[in-house]
Amino acid sequence: MSLKFKNLKVYYSTLRGDVKALDDVSLDLKDGEILGLAGESGCGKSTLSNSLILLKPPMKYIGGSVELDGAELPIYDYKKMNDFRYEKISIIPQYAMNAMNPTVKINRYISDLLAAKGMNYSEYEKELKRRMSLVGLDYSVLKMFPIELSGGMKQRMVMVIATLLNPSLLLADEITSALDVSTQKAVAKMLVEFRDRKFVKSVIFVTHDVSVLYQIADRIMIMYAGKFAELGKTEEIIHNPRHPYTKMLVGAMPEVGIKYSRTPLSGIDGQPPLLLNPPEGCRFRERCPFAFEKCLSEPPVAENDEGHLCSCWKEVK
Amino acid sequence: MGNYLRRKIFIYLITFFVAVTLDWIIPRMMPGNPVDAILIRVARMPSQEQTQILRSHLMKSFGMDVPIFEQYLNFWTGLFKGDLGVSINYFPKPVTDIIKDALPFDLLLTVPALLLSWFIGNKFGAFAARKKRMDNWVLPVWYVISAMPYLWLGILLSWTLGVNMNAFPVAGAYSFSIKPSFSWGFIVNYLHHWVLPFLSLFIVQLGGWAIGMRNMIIYELEADYSKYMETMGMPQKLIRKYAYKNAILPQVTGLAIQVGLLVTGALTTEIVFSYPGIGYLLNQAILRQDYFLIQGCFLFIIIGVLLANFAIDVIYVFIDPRIRHSVGGDAA
Amino acid sequence: MKCKNELLYFAFRNKKLVIGLTIFMAFLILALAGPLLTDFEPLDYTGMGSEPPTPQHIFGTTFFGQDVFSQFVYGLRSSFIVGFMGGGIATLAGLLIGFFAGYKGGFIDELLMMLTNVMMVIPTVALLIILAAYLPYRGVEIQSIIIGLTAWPWTARAVRSQTFSLKQREYVSLARITGFSSLKIILQEIMPNMMSYVFMVFILQFGGSILAAVALDFIGLGPTEGISLGLMMQNAVHWNAIQLGIWWWSIIPGLAITMIVGALYFMNTGLDEVFNPKLREM
Repeated sequence: MSLKFKNLKVYYSTLRGDVKALDDVSLDLKDGEILGLAGESGCGKSTLSNSLILLKPPMKYIGGSVELDGAELPIYDYKKMNDFRYEKISIIPQYAMNAMNPTVKINRYISDLLAAKGMNYSEYEKELKRRMSLVGLDYSVLKMFPIELSGGMKQRMVMVIATLLNPSLLLADEITSALDVSTQKAVAKMLVEFRDRKFVKSVIFVTHDVSVLYQIADRIMIMYAGKFAELGKTEEIIHNPRHPYTKMLVGAMPEVGIKYSRTPLSGIDGQPPLLLNPPEGCRFRERCPFAFEKCLSEPPVAENDEGHLCSCWKEVK
Repeated sequence: MGNYLRRKIFIYLITFFVAVTLDWIIPRMMPGNPVDAILIRVARMPSQEQTQILRSHLMKSFGMDVPIFEQYLNFWTGLFKGDLGVSINYFPKPVTDIIKDALPFDLLLTVPALLLSWFIGNKFGAFAARKKRMDNWVLPVWYVISAMPYLWLGILLSWTLGVNMNAFPVAGAYSFSIKPSFSWGFIVNYLHHWVLPFLSLFIVQLGGWAIGMRNMIIYELEADYSKYMETMGMPQKLIRKYAYKNAILPQVTGLAIQVGLLVTGALTTEIVFSYPGIGYLLNQAILRQDYFLIQGCFLFIIIGVLLANFAIDVIYVFIDPRIRHSVGGDAA
Repeated sequence: MKCKNELLYFAFRNKKLVIGLTIFMAFLILALAGPLLTDFEPLDYTGMGSEPPTPQHIFGTTFFGQDVFSQFVYGLRSSFIVGFMGGGIATLAGLLIGFFAGYKGGFIDELLMMLTNVMMVIPTVALLIILAAYLPYRGVEIQSIIIGLTAWPWTARAVRSQTFSLKQREYVSLARITGFSSLKIILQEIMPNMMSYVFMVFILQFGGSILAAVALDFIGLGPTEGISLGLMMQNAVHWNAIQLGIWWWSIIPGLAITMIVGALYFMNTGLDEVFNPKLREM
């Protein structure tokens, strides 16, 4: 059940041509799972989450099928998607702190949102309050304007609002990126709690910060330059990465307690390719220390351990 | 919020004080004594003695027989009593009476023009902001009409609709033959005269408001909260409703500024149509150097502008929650 | 280097900017070269009164037989002078006051804002009346100065809020960079960011000054010598040009004003799109 998409391709149309931001990616999301979606800026993870819920120009749907709970998710049809938005699929955006209208009282705002979906605020009020206390928000917040709240409070409120209708799929787009480490932990834990209490069925957590994913994700999917790189259980990805990119990504994570004066923290040299005219074959080959002549053609997806997929020629025996 | 209002009131009081003082200074800054100026023009008395009597009489009537500082204080007390002195050209008619006669014509012309153009301009602007193709050709139209001098539009309208098509009269507030009354005949006649000057003021302002609102709506529609509502599958109607609510706030502030700007515009339009409002009165007073009437007209205009600004500021506090909760720097 | 070329590239492709600039330049050239195109002096009685446009008098004649075209081109000059000087003074004053208030903040800000609020309420007309009494002979320059000195308030407010937001952005890095030459860095870093904005403000003030001058001339508070477009319209209305059918005397000057100011507005919007990539249409 849950989310399934195959060969999804979404490009951006620009004055200079199409940017192949999401190029043939597939995924089978499991029920009740928190999937971490990680990669560098520009790898296509935000494009992926945005295309699932709001695909509009300059984004262009090129191809691929998407299924949610066994039924087709018509991401290419803006109008039809309105029936799914908020009810079946929801998002906590990167700009969550500015997501609410600053001049409308929060209870009025929620009531308008619900009314637009044909629902009554009074029916949901009890549940709303219950969830608010779960994230540590006082009921009085409902009577306030968003400007009266702090950034963290606003983000938590948005988290509650986004999940109020118990969507099948929750997208969390870089929700911890602007926070300090201890708040990051609190927010991440909230996400897990939402999932455990079945407020949401599954979660896709988009971030460039692999260390947060290590805390809460069941599986991690790594993307690079619009293409799929690696997918597997969190433990596997962190401790036994197979894709050269993942290896370097994990190796680039700082660890508390280790001094980097002796063994300097290694980054990854170079830049990801421009996706206007991406290179042939494996898009990582120009930065990859293991590249060889086979890498000039598109690498297949290999599954050498169960549930651990990797898109690299080195994995192919 | 209380803090904000207190600050505003303080600024208004100071402005009022400065404005009234400036206004009082006007006749006294004129070279020479206004009374002597009158005497030169008006009086051809045979004897010195009679001239002197007339002079002291006039000085007394104009309150100028006391020291300057006392004159200043008298001005303030007069202001609160509703006494603005006596007109030179309409001597001995009190300035207040003259202005009172002209005031209704002015208000009935400018207030509807201001408010209607604001309401309708906002709606137009919001409407155009939605449809790209309409926006492309209607925006230049608004630019052009807001670039027109009010007086020129008045001239244009009088030429086309007035003289050429004979659809509307081009002078006065009502026909010379009719006496003002509350009869139906008079009202129709009055409205007939009212149309062209009203349109001159209305159309130009309409362009300005429409452009402003269109820009504000576009800005609001691109804001994060609008984007989020779209992501959550909210209908366009709701998103636009929220955008409109937020976009209107700076337009309200603009209304206060526009009141001040409208003064000169109404003045020139009244001249074009010989419309007996305060503007026309002021113009006549300037031409005939009736200093006290000038002073009175200005006072009225300045007080009117201040009151309008104050009223709008107060209203603004109640409609923008951001001010009420003392967040964010300045209202405008 | 590349930045400048990119700006120019977009500038020339922007329809609004190009159209507005063309119209504006056309009138400017007419104003500069005008006197060469006409043999008549604006105030001379050169022909039959109230004549419609003929090849001899391409804009017709006034009630008194003066050549409207000559009045027109000389009048254009005074409009441009007022626009340039008045607009310049208003922009400069607004810039200085707004920047000072925004940068210093605190008491100075409160004081300057109070000044601004007071200035905004007092109509330009009032000051000009006093002046009119004192200077029975006054030129376009004085008028420009007065207009400039009463039009700066809204520029000051806008510049002030811009300064506030820029200050919050740059201030941290500025504080880190140096302590004593911060003033220089402000001039070199904050100002360039505001330059595009200031230029657009100048264009709007230019248009606003022209409109203000027209209204003032019309009321009779304009320059006492020379001719201006507002003055032409005042005379026309005074002598009942419309009722007498002498439309060319009053319609043409106002039409020119509308076109020039409209062109300025177009340019302003076009420039906004050039400087703000987000506004450019795809």
